[in-house]
Amino acid sequence: MSAVLHEENLILRFVRTVGHVSLFFGRLLAQSVAALARPRLIVHQIYNAGARSLIIIMLSGFFVGAVLALQGFSLLQRFGSEEALGIAAALGLLKELGPVVTALLFAGRAGTALTSEIGLMRATDQLTAMEMMAVDPMRYVAAPRFLGGVIAMPLLVAIFNVVGLFGAQLIGVQQMGVDVGSFWSQMQGSVGLNDVFEGVTKSLVFGVACSLIAVYEGYHAPPTAEGVGLATTRTVVASSVITLMLDYILTASFL
Amino acid sequence: MQNSSAAARAGAPANDVVVDVRDVRYSIGGREIFSDLSVQVRRGRITAIMGPSGTGKSTMLRLITGQAEADGGKITVWGNDISTLSGREIYAMRQRMGMLFQNGALLTDLDVFENVAFPLREHTRLPESLIRTLVLTKLHAVGLRGAAELMPAELSGGMARRVALARAIVMDPELLIYDEPFVGLDPISLGVILKLIREMNEGLGLTSIVVSHDVHELATIAHDSYLISGGKVVASGTPKELAASGSDVVKQFMTGSDDGPVPFHYPASDYRTQLIGDSSKGKAG
Repeated sequence: MSAVLHEENLILRFVRTVGHVSLFFGRLLAQSVAALARPRLIVHQIYNAGARSLIIIMLSGFFVGAVLALQGFSLLQRFGSEEALGIAAALGLLKELGPVVTALLFAGRAGTALTSEIGLMRATDQLTAMEMMAVDPMRYVAAPRFLGGVIAMPLLVAIFNVVGLFGAQLIGVQQMGVDVGSFWSQMQGSVGLNDVFEGVTKSLVFGVACSLIAVYEGYHAPPTAEGVGLATTRTVVASSVITLMLDYILTASFL
Repeated sequence: MQNSSAAARAGAPANDVVVDVRDVRYSIGGREIFSDLSVQVRRGRITAIMGPSGTGKSTMLRLITGQAEADGGKITVWGNDISTLSGREIYAMRQRMGMLFQNGALLTDLDVFENVAFPLREHTRLPESLIRTLVLTKLHAVGLRGAAELMPAELSGGMARRVALARAIVMDPELLIYDEPFVGLDPISLGVILKLIREMNEGLGLTSIVVSHDVHELATIAHDSYLISGGKVVASGTPKELAASGSDVVKQFMTGSDDGPVPFHYPASDYRTQLIGDSSKGKAG
């Protein structure tokens, strides 16, 4: 009996959370339209979420590309088709690793920063003070940060991919000796616009999901040190799991 | 006209009562905060709301400003019943109020100047030169014109509160609310804040509500005081009347004695039984 009740509770809590997040998302979207009138706030947040993540994104992109080249080379070599390394690296990065790894890094770097910043603003009464000044914190604080994250994500993915391809080329061509001409020409020949489209779609969806989770958690964090800490953790965990889940759904729908 | 009719219904002189809290009940998570709270704030006066920590003084401010809704009773501000106002109307009402938070609540990513300018930039389309003049005037009034370019993290507690005060008056509010303005201030800063509260009230023709438990500080500036304890007003009147009150609760609060109607001990089971009777279990409780 108690197990049934417990499960019911879990289900109830899950449904309630989904409803709460959906409502919050709706309000966020409505305020985002209004927030577009203040491009300076959004640009500032693109800088915070995007530019400040550049180094970690580029560094990770390089190594992911390099590893992809190593693994790809050792696999393709068995079939004597090393020239296809360019395709393997490009498709792997563009469609899968670029968006996913960038989203995971984004959750760890920018997402946690967003959550703890908004959570601390709540804890130090800044959000209440805004409400008392008749300024809606959803519009002034939440919406610009959400939009900043959504815009920054595809840009970060693009940079991740470029640096990743550079890394793959450096290892594959310069170190492993794949022919430079076939590396690039096979890539050019086999990567279509639909592959790029898949990657861009994923990056946009991940951008919305990760930014929404980060802003939501920060906005609803209990105003204590422990509350903000837990909310930050939840941001990383929820963003990562949901990114991987959405990745599966999107990949399946693109096949 | 709405103002006068509401005030007349409440039985007070027309246009004189700014905030009227009547028979308000409020509880959070099953714990009753107010059982029957009635408070009147009159125009042009400094009204002190006093009471021991945890009696819900700050909660009362949340109710007055529409951040929380009462379970029962009625709260009218400028003649409008708070519970009937829409979100937009509550925001419109808040534009006529200024509020000073306990820790200042300055926006940490803006400097002092921009913090004070924030309400102006959000609610008006004034030219930059006028905003500058207004902000510098208000900062001068709190003595911090020279600190305009500092960031909130560089300010002392007292300075942060003065900047927050400048921000609270920059839109020329009619009602100024202070939430525990004296907490954690050194004697000099405290003197400055006291002087500012009095000057703002007289010089700008404001109505002020000061929530605090610092009896002696309040006595020097307040025109009316209310002492809240156990969910209701236990005494009201001028600070002098409160000091002369015969009530035990009021006496304990005004003299700061450690035990009395407000007990020193948080409610607990019998001390002896807990210590001896439970020793076999190895731990309390």
